[in-house]
Amino acid sequence: MEAAILCKDLKKHYPDVKAVDGIDLEVGRGECFGLLGPNGAGKTTTIEILEGLNTADGGEVRILGLNWADSERDIRERIGVSLQETQLSEKVTVYETLRLFRSFYRRGRDPEELLRGLSLDEKRNARVGKLSGGQKQRLAVACALVGEPEILFLDEPTTGLDPQSRLQLWEVVTGYRERGGTILLTTHYMEEAERLCDRIAIIDHGKRIALGTPKELIAKLDAPHVIELITEPALDEEVFSSISGFHGATRRGEGWQLRVDSLAVSVPQLIGIVDGRGVRLETLSTHAATLEDLFVALTGRELRDA
Amino acid sequence: MPETRHTRSALWEMTVFRLKEFIREPDAVFWVFVFPLLLTLALGFAFREKPPERIPVGIVEGPATQRHLAAMKKSPALQPRVYAASEGREELRRGKISLLVEGGDVPVYRYDATRPESRTARVEVDDALQGGAGRRDAFTAKEVTVAEQGSRYVDFLVPGLIAMNLMGTGMWSIGFAVVNARLKKLLKRFLATPMRKWQFLVAQFIARLVFLVVEVAVVTLFAWLVFDVEIRGSFLLFSLLCLLGGTAFAGLGILISSRVKTLEAVSGLMNVVMMPMWICSGVFFSYERFPDAVKPVIRALPLTALTDGLRAVMNDGSGNVMPQVINLILWTAISGLVGLKIFRWS
Repeated sequence: MEAAILCKDLKKHYPDVKAVDGIDLEVGRGECFGLLGPNGAGKTTTIEILEGLNTADGGEVRILGLNWADSERDIRERIGVSLQETQLSEKVTVYETLRLFRSFYRRGRDPEELLRGLSLDEKRNARVGKLSGGQKQRLAVACALVGEPEILFLDEPTTGLDPQSRLQLWEVVTGYRERGGTILLTTHYMEEAERLCDRIAIIDHGKRIALGTPKELIAKLDAPHVIELITEPALDEEVFSSISGFHGATRRGEGWQLRVDSLAVSVPQLIGIVDGRGVRLETLSTHAATLEDLFVALTGRELRDA
Repeated sequence: MPETRHTRSALWEMTVFRLKEFIREPDAVFWVFVFPLLLTLALGFAFREKPPERIPVGIVEGPATQRHLAAMKKSPALQPRVYAASEGREELRRGKISLLVEGGDVPVYRYDATRPESRTARVEVDDALQGGAGRRDAFTAKEVTVAEQGSRYVDFLVPGLIAMNLMGTGMWSIGFAVVNARLKKLLKRFLATPMRKWQFLVAQFIARLVFLVVEVAVVTLFAWLVFDVEIRGSFLLFSLLCLLGGTAFAGLGILISSRVKTLEAVSGLMNVVMMPMWICSGVFFSYERFPDAVKPVIRALPLTALTDGLRAVMNDGSGNVMPQVINLILWTAISGLVGLKIFRWS
C-alpha cells in the first residue's frame, strides 16, 4: 500500500532564507507523525507544501499516492486541514460553520454527531466569537474532520491553549487515530510529540536533523539521564570527561547539562569533582532524558527559545 | 451516501453563510438600509419646491422715491427697499440687492449685467416703472405654469441616490468581506477544502443581490411615500438596471479587493475608485456642464450609466436604455473575470 504522505528532497528557498532545505518524509497509513522544531524551523512551510497550499521549489510530494498537480480536487476530498492562524467568522454559530464546511465535501460526517464527539454540542448555537480559545480550536479541528478525511493535517494545534484544553484536543486526535486516520502535526511542545506521535522528525533550519519513534530518539542520546548543574565559578568542560558513563555536556545559561548512563554512578563522582576544584555548588538537579534534551544535544539550543 | 440532508450545495451554503454574517453586523445594516433613507430625507427637504422668491431691489432716496416704490410694490416679482445713496451702492456691491434705482423721473438702473438675477430684476423693474408712469400694455397674455412630477429636483435626485447607494454598499460590503476573510486566513482555509473558487465569489454576488432588492425597495418606497417620486417607465426595466448595477459594483468590489491585504489599503482604493464617480457621474447635478471632451469618459463610468438609465426609466418613462444596460454588463463581466483571475487567496 502507498504511503499516506511521501516527500523527497523537498525544497523551498525564499530570497533571505532556505525555509525548507531538502526534507524527506514518509508517513504510513494510520500513523501519527510529528514535525517537531522551534519557531521558524520550516515546519509550517513544509506542512503547507504537503497540504497543497504552497508550492515547493524542488523535490517530490505524493499524498495518498497522488500528486497535487494532477489530482488536486481528489486529494482535497480526502484530507482535512487545520491551519495555524485561521479565525473563523465570529458572527456565525458553531453549527452553521460546520455545516458550511460539510457542504464542500462529497461525503462526510454528520455535523451534529461530530459536535457531540468533540464535546461542542452544548455550544451548537453559540456564535464563534463567544467561544473560548480551546473551543475555537476544537471547532477548527471539527471543520477539518467533517469531510471524513483519510489524512488530518494539524499545524500547531495546541499552541496558546491552557493545559485542560490541550488535553481535550489530544483526546480528539487520539480518537481520530483510533478509527484508522493518519495524522501529520507540527508542534514545538515536546510533551505533545511524545504523547501523540508514533514517529517524529526533528526539524531545524529547514533540515530534518533526527527521525524515529520518541523512544528511539531518546535512545539516540545514548544516555537516559540528564544532570543540570550550576557552580560558582563555572567549571570547564574537560573536567567532566573523567566521569564514568559520561556522554557529553552542553552549556545551559550559567551552568552545564550533562548526559550520563547512571545517576547512581555519576552524581557522586560529580560532587567529588566540585569539592576537589573548590567551587561552590549552586544547584544540582536531574531528570530522565526527553526529546527536549535530544534537541539540545543536536543543536546546542533549546526548543523554546531557539 | 450517508447524511444526505447535510449535503446541500456549497454555493447555497456559502450564500446563506454570507447573508447571516452580514445581517448580524449592525454597522453594515445601518449603512446599507438606514443611511440612504436619512440622506434621501435630508436632501429631499433641502431642495423641496418653494414658491418663486421675490427679487430684492433698492431705491435711492430722492424726489421720485415714493412713486417708484409704489409702482414696484405692485409687481409680484420684486421686493423693493429704500436706501440712502451710499448705503444703496454698498448693498448692491455685496449682492444683497440685485439692482439699484437712482435718479428722478427718468430713472437710472445700476446693476451687474453678468448676473442672471440682476438682468431679471432689470426687466421687472423697468416693467413696473413704465407701468407706473402710464404705459399701456398692448395685450395681457394668458399664462400656464408648469410644475410637473418628474421634473422636480427630488425626481432628479432619487435615481442618483439609488445608483450611488448601490455603488457604495456593493463595493464596501464585498470589498470588506473579502479582505477581512483574507486577513483572517479564512480564504486560505477555504482553499484547503474541495470548495471551488468560483463558488466563493458567486456566493458573494448572490448575497449582494439579495440585499440589493431590499435596499432598492426601501429607498424607492420611501421616496414614493414621502416625495411622491414615481417610476414612470417600465418597472421591469427599472429592476433590470438595479440588478445590473448591483452586479457591476459587486464585480468592481471583487476586482479592487482581489489582491489587497489590509483593510486600510482597501479603503483607500475604494475611495480612489468611487470619488471620481461621486463627482462626475451626475448624482447631485447634471454632468452636462463638464467639457464635451470628457463626457464620453464620464458616460463610460458605471455610476453614470446606472444613474442615466434609472433617470430615463423613472423620470422620462423611456425604454431606451440599451447603451446603459450594455455598459453595466461589460463592467460586471470584465471586473468579475479579471478579479477572479488575479484573486489572491492567502
